[in-house]
Amino acid sequence: MAWKIFLFILLAFVSIAGIAFPIVEKPSTWYEFPFIPGLEENAKIIFFHVPTAWLTVIAFLLSTVFSFRYLRSKNLDDDAKAYSAAQLGMVFCILATVTGAVWSKFAWGQYWSWDPRQTSIFAVLLIYGALFALRSSIESEDKRATLSAVYSMIAFVTVPFFIFIMPRIMKGLHPGSADDTNAGPIVDFKMNSNMQLIFFLSMIGFTILFFWMWRVGYRSIIIKDKINKQLTGHSAG
Amino acid sequence: MIAESYSLFKKDFHSELRTRYAINSLAMFIIVAISVILFSIGNETISSSLTGGLFWVVIFFTAMSGLARAFVSEEERGTTLTLQLIASPSTVFSGKLIFNMILVFSMNFIIAIIYSALFENFIVQNFSLFLVTFVLGNIGLAVASTIIAAIIAKAGAKGTLYPVLSFPILLPLILTCVQLTLFSFDGTSFEESKFELAIVVGYDVIMLTASYMLFDFIWKD
Repeated sequence: MAWKIFLFILLAFVSIAGIAFPIVEKPSTWYEFPFIPGLEENAKIIFFHVPTAWLTVIAFLLSTVFSFRYLRSKNLDDDAKAYSAAQLGMVFCILATVTGAVWSKFAWGQYWSWDPRQTSIFAVLLIYGALFALRSSIESEDKRATLSAVYSMIAFVTVPFFIFIMPRIMKGLHPGSADDTNAGPIVDFKMNSNMQLIFFLSMIGFTILFFWMWRVGYRSIIIKDKINKQLTGHSAG
Repeated sequence: MIAESYSLFKKDFHSELRTRYAINSLAMFIIVAISVILFSIGNETISSSLTGGLFWVVIFFTAMSGLARAFVSEEERGTTLTLQLIASPSTVFSGKLIFNMILVFSMNFIIAIIYSALFENFIVQNFSLFLVTFVLGNIGLAVASTIIAAIIAKAGAKGTLYPVLSFPILLPLILTCVQLTLFSFDGTSFEESKFELAIVVGYDVIMLTASYMLFDFIWKD
């Protein structure tokens, strides 16, 4: 229970700090953020956009890991974990896409410009969508678990192309692209220490929140399956 | 194992020749898709970059219309169990892969010929680069669509799900192949496009390995 209160305070602090702390030319007190050329007031969305994108990747990774474990163990609990991670991943993927599009409108002038990172988040969105379409088309539990596990593993091997290769060959707007003159992520150079602190607190807070939601999600799936089995067992017997 | 895969391929080839289902539907689909594009263009001349993109659009949708047959036909005829008994999963996959590979190569060859005849800006300056892209792209397309076809056949939902599942998997390949096709139109040298070629080669190798490793799980249920 204590950690839930801690998480509430952490996320409340991050939200307030991220939105309300002023951006000034020369920060003098601990609650002032530096003015970053090119980002200006838009810089504040970084506290919410980056964690959602990070959690999309984490959810995808977790989903693949538990799919792999399902294929080895054939234990339906692992499938529930993979499915729940994919559900949350879809939610965070939509959030990352929307916050990214809003940021893109104010920083680059349009909501969508097929920047490599936008292309890759779009592909991840499509993969999640395809995974749910596949799952809903199969009735048998074991078959559904096996086929969706195989599909998410095949989808996972294409991810390096999107995450590591596309941004380096296509012209992009995000930091770290092929033609980026700023040379490197903003986190390293332009944030001052209190901005970094809020940023990493936000990352930690959202990650804990994700694992909590994930645990609730997969437990409820497992319990629902158990109840369904008992109900069908009674009616059959 | 190679001999067994070959005899499996021959079995598919003969049953295909008897019904000619895949060949007919692929050929008609190519004609329909290209004529829709031609009608919508009308009298305008489209740029070479658009031609290169549309080339891969037609290839993608033609592949989606015909390649699922390889495994779906086995499920429809109820011959899956027999195949499971007489051959190992990797043999079955190899046989189906050879069959799909030949289908993809012949259909894309026809598409390329029709494009070069009908589209003014389909002018390949660096022909060897185009050929290498074509071959590598076809291999990747055949491998990815064969493994997705296996999933679709087991899932029981045949028609609409196939392009939905294939598109995200094929996206890196298609994006890179469109890029390489444009390079071959511009006359870019091999030296300048070696990074993109490396991506396509890497994609083919990774897809092939992953497919052979995962096919066992799909095939044995």
